[in-house]
Amino acid sequence: MFGFGILSGLIVLPLVGAAFILMLRGEDEATLNNARWAALVTTIIVFAVSLVAWARFDPASAAFQLVEDRAWLSSGIRYKLGVDGMSMPFVLLTTFLMPFCIVASWRSIETRLKEYLVAFLVLETLMIGVFVALDLVLFYVFFEGGLIPMFLIIGVWGGKRRIYASFKFFLYTLLGSLLMLVAIMAMYWQAGTTDITALLGHKFPADMQKWLWLAFFASFAVKMPMWPVHTWLPDAHVEAPTAGSVILAAILLKMGGYGFIRFSLPMFPDASAYFAPLVFALSIVAIIYTSLVAMVQEDIKKLIAYSSVAHMGFVTMGLFTMTPQGVQGAIFQMVSHGLVSGALFLCVGVIYDRMHTREIAAYGGLVHRMPLYATVFMVFTMANVGLPGTSGFVGEFLTLVGSFKANSWVALFATTGVILSAAYALYVYRRVIFGVLDKPALAKIEDLDAREVALLVPLMLLVIYYGVHPQPILDACAASVDHLLKTAAAAVSTKTALIAP
Amino acid sequence: MTSLSVALHHSLPELILAIGALGITLYGALRGRPTDGLATELAIACLGLAGLVILLGSNVDGVVFAGAFVNDAFGRFMKLLALIGSLATLTMSQNYLRREGMDKFEFPILILLSTLGMMMLISANDLIALYVGLELMSLALYVVAAFHRDNARATEAGLKYFVLGALSSGMLLYGSSLLYGFAGTVSFKGIAAAIHGHASIGVVFGLAFVLAGVAFKISAVPFHMWTPDVYEGAPTPVTAFFASAPKMAAMALLARVVMTAFPGIVAEWRQIIVFISIASMALGGFAAIGQRNIKRLMAYSSIGHMGFALVGLAAGSQAGVKGVAIYMAIYLVMTLGTFAAILLMRREAGQVEDIYELAGLARRDRGMAFLVAMLMFSLAGIPPLAGFFAKWYVFAAAVEAGLYGLAVIGVLLSVVSAFYYLRIVKIMYFDEPAEAFAGRSPAAAWVLLASGLLIVLFTVAPGLLDSAATAAAKSLF
Repeated sequence: MFGFGILSGLIVLPLVGAAFILMLRGEDEATLNNARWAALVTTIIVFAVSLVAWARFDPASAAFQLVEDRAWLSSGIRYKLGVDGMSMPFVLLTTFLMPFCIVASWRSIETRLKEYLVAFLVLETLMIGVFVALDLVLFYVFFEGGLIPMFLIIGVWGGKRRIYASFKFFLYTLLGSLLMLVAIMAMYWQAGTTDITALLGHKFPADMQKWLWLAFFASFAVKMPMWPVHTWLPDAHVEAPTAGSVILAAILLKMGGYGFIRFSLPMFPDASAYFAPLVFALSIVAIIYTSLVAMVQEDIKKLIAYSSVAHMGFVTMGLFTMTPQGVQGAIFQMVSHGLVSGALFLCVGVIYDRMHTREIAAYGGLVHRMPLYATVFMVFTMANVGLPGTSGFVGEFLTLVGSFKANSWVALFATTGVILSAAYALYVYRRVIFGVLDKPALAKIEDLDAREVALLVPLMLLVIYYGVHPQPILDACAASVDHLLKTAAAAVSTKTALIAP
Repeated sequence: MTSLSVALHHSLPELILAIGALGITLYGALRGRPTDGLATELAIACLGLAGLVILLGSNVDGVVFAGAFVNDAFGRFMKLLALIGSLATLTMSQNYLRREGMDKFEFPILILLSTLGMMMLISANDLIALYVGLELMSLALYVVAAFHRDNARATEAGLKYFVLGALSSGMLLYGSSLLYGFAGTVSFKGIAAAIHGHASIGVVFGLAFVLAGVAFKISAVPFHMWTPDVYEGAPTPVTAFFASAPKMAAMALLARVVMTAFPGIVAEWRQIIVFISIASMALGGFAAIGQRNIKRLMAYSSIGHMGFALVGLAAGSQAGVKGVAIYMAIYLVMTLGTFAAILLMRREAGQVEDIYELAGLARRDRGMAFLVAMLMFSLAGIPPLAGFFAKWYVFAAAVEAGLYGLAVIGVLLSVVSAFYYLRIVKIMYFDEPAEAFAGRSPAAAWVLLASGLLIVLFTVAPGLLDSAATAAAKSLF
């Protein structure tokens, strides 16, 4: 239709659903139910369309596929979309998790439900846009546009300190992004275009690369988030409603990692090599320090938030090893963390909906009343720790292998993080699930209902499936990662060759 | 065609406004009191007609009236913006003026005359035409600022504006006389030819005074002191007018003067522009944080936005002028929308201006809250709204010109300004609802809707404005 392709369809469809929900009149239960179903059907259709896109996608090729290119702003800034092996997994992750977010909010959102659903659908459009944009300006529009719905989601439907958290989230990420914007402008004038495919082939002068790299790093490190600019994350996670936390942890954080793979590594290879030790250092601090911080948290959501920072440390470490294992492992780790952390937040949402508290001390002995829940929570806790057989293991293992090749000291320190993550995860699991059920408030707590089972079991199966059979994701990105590393290595080695004689 | 008919042809929009203003004066004087709304409607028709003539008329450029008046793509672009600003504020003002008992027939005439002054200003091609246009615009503005003459605040605003405005006119005149003395001509092109690459100290002195005079009109720091008081004191539709149309004219004039009269000495005027740009962005950002009165807040916001627009001018390139043109167009739409929303903030007891009166608007009036929120995000420069693209163009031009420091300072200060725009969104969406607004004004609601849709949908088809602004910028070089 109008010459637009399937990726434009992915971007527009959630907006259509949002427009439909906006047109529903009235506040009675029947209308709200219609709105819920409309949102759910929309997200499922989007997922189905993304599966069609996947079917048309050829993982053996490193080139961008399903490309659309239309005039937009003038002079070299175009509406260009496309996917390759490094963006396809994230598109699928986004479209796959959205229906879960809608179902997770089925009953727990009691006020202004229609606006809530509209905000989520708009957010889905923007997130998909980030992963399929093939123009820097277009990418930036989607990347930063996501702040608006997320700001409203945290601020309107969040917890007690929602206003502080929403402002912190917004201003922190905006500050980082704007420095990247200046870098994008500089690239635009240097290369004469903002087309990502063209920029991937453009060689920026080595001095300029360093500045550009730092500006992009400012944005992606905040988004990721890396230590020491991670402090917005625990606040935002704790105050956001359950589905908001899921989206934050599972997808918004991945935009930082995606940005590193899409821009920093291939466009500024010299600077990436130059700054790699810095990234390693920050990653190790993140892995060890935030794991220790996670251990002393009183709030379950905050604990998962800190554990996210630690896991993202593995991702940045893997990416900057510039080895196939490291980069593939980082991509896998991001997808896996999307599933696992999303599921963990859903698990917290389950007990939060019943007890309206996230304090670890308020729980204990849940296994006696909620055996099903204890099982599901166990699987995701283990996946978070990185137990072999779950998807968490594959990602962490590959990034560690990659970093061992690059720098064995880095691998040594990072591995201690795995032990620490086991410590805090098992500790919280024991305090919440095991022990004596002696709190009177918990005496009547109910086990998972059908909706929650439908929510958690598919995620659980997927986490285990990818744990024993990680090939689909690794295959999808293999060709693109290979291409990325070859070009980057070539760029760096010609540089040294020029200097050597 | 004789030369007179050519001249009249090029100045047709101005003639329409001039003749319209005279005609409405006669009509009002003959009819006496009480007035009906016809005077306002006629004025709106004149503005609309002038706009249509520009939009649909020939695209032939020309310099007429012995080199005093230039009609080019840049002029047409900015004139159209000024006309839209006047038209929208006049339409919105009708309801308000009637309620406040200020619906005198002089009001639309003053708006017309002021707009005529702006059009002359935009087309000015020498220092004399510049001064005549500026004074015609400003004198009418002084009167409308104090139009609510029984109100002490409005009178104070008018007087303050007049005294400071007169001072700025004096500075402008002094600067012009220096320029004339050192260049030997008043024509912009002539000045450019006379100074040709190297400027004597007298020219730079004159340039600084001219820039100071114009900076008053766009309320750039350090010549901004009148802005918050006048914005707060003047009747709200008048404030909307101040914030929109005259800014277009003054910014257009500034761009034309520096680009056509001083293209050879970019380095000299760039440092001045960079300074007032950074100062405006900083003051606009920090001073607005403490404001509770929404009109004062918008005053600081407009100071900040002028600073951002000047970033493009500082680049001193064609891309920079294009950025300024786009920035002003988008700023106009956002400002008109915001003031339409302020006009809608009304209870039975009268107009309210405290930002906390907006509390919980999202639950009282979902549509209005959504549009205002989009305007606020756009003013903060968040994509995918139009305000982001405005910033993109000016900052990209600055980066192209190598002004990295200015660009970085600018984006950092835009985070500061984002804070107070977000606060308005927070009040509307996160806070508990206050009492509902009463007494709708259909015109203001339409303006709000139109501007809201424009800034949301701009990202779908940005090419139109881009190509128009490209043509406009090209005509200055």
